[in-house]
Amino acid sequence: MIYFILIAVLLVLIIAAAIYAVRQKDLLYATLATGIISLILSVLYFLLQAPDVALTEAAIGVALTTIIFVITVRNTVRMEDESDKKEKIKSAVK
Amino acid sequence: MSTILQIIGGFLILVGSIFLFLGALGIYRMPDVYNRLQAGTKATTLGAMSLILGVGFLSPSWMMKALILIIFIAFSNPLSSHALARAMHIRGRFPKIYSNNAEEYDAYRKVEMSEKKEEVKS
Amino acid sequence: MIYVFYIALFFMALGMIFSLIRFVKGPTAGDRTVALDTLTTIGVAAMVLLAYMFHRFIYVDVALVYAVLGFIGVIVIARYLEGAL
Repeated sequence: MIYFILIAVLLVLIIAAAIYAVRQKDLLYATLATGIISLILSVLYFLLQAPDVALTEAAIGVALTTIIFVITVRNTVRMEDESDKKEKIKSAVK
Repeated sequence: MSTILQIIGGFLILVGSIFLFLGALGIYRMPDVYNRLQAGTKATTLGAMSLILGVGFLSPSWMMKALILIIFIAFSNPLSSHALARAMHIRGRFPKIYSNNAEEYDAYRKVEMSEKKEEVKS
Repeated sequence: MIYVFYIALFFMALGMIFSLIRFVKGPTAGDRTVALDTLTTIGVAAMVLLAYMFHRFIYVDVALVYAVLGFIGVIVIARYLEGAL
């Protein structure tokens, strides 16, 4: 019974973080929210007695995705609608 | 002997979980980045170390791995706290101070207003 | 003894909720990163406690890997905010 309540609380937290990640204009904050999603999801897999999936989720979701997205934000734009920077990047890519 | 170990372990787990909760509450209540860092890193470090030591007391065959985890947390958590505080200092954040002296308060208000303009950037 | 575990899990879930509220509200990037760091530490502690509740010794390894990788993520974000990445 206590596990069901804990799973429900964690699912509500995941949904809140996912809605935040979708609606956020700042891409760095969206990246952090993605890290939080996979962080809580790893605890959830652990609670459902699948430690191998939790290990993979912790390795890929928490570390690899966050680091790659942060490097991507560093190399491109941070806010979603910085139009002049987008033009610069287009001209740099071509 | 086993009963004493269980009592010590249960007490440590309770203290650790209460410290974890107090650290998260400090993050929610504190007014400033540096205060939040203080509450959210130091109290949480003590809470996690105490809880893992309590689990090690409850089943003594786990003590070795619990000690490895405790040593890693004791090294890594202050390191990340230091890196964050350094990043905030380099970005030009100032701690928020409330003072009764009028001149000091005006100076802090000026800093605060300049921060609010920069808030769009970061 | 089992009620101690329930009380500890209750406090940790409450702490997760509070730090997620700070993550959503926090005005600057530093607040959000601090909230992420706190969530990582609470998650590690919760994993160790759940491993004892399930009576599986091998589950502690997940908590160890999780602690290492969360630390690396927070360091990378801090270096980016510093402007030195």
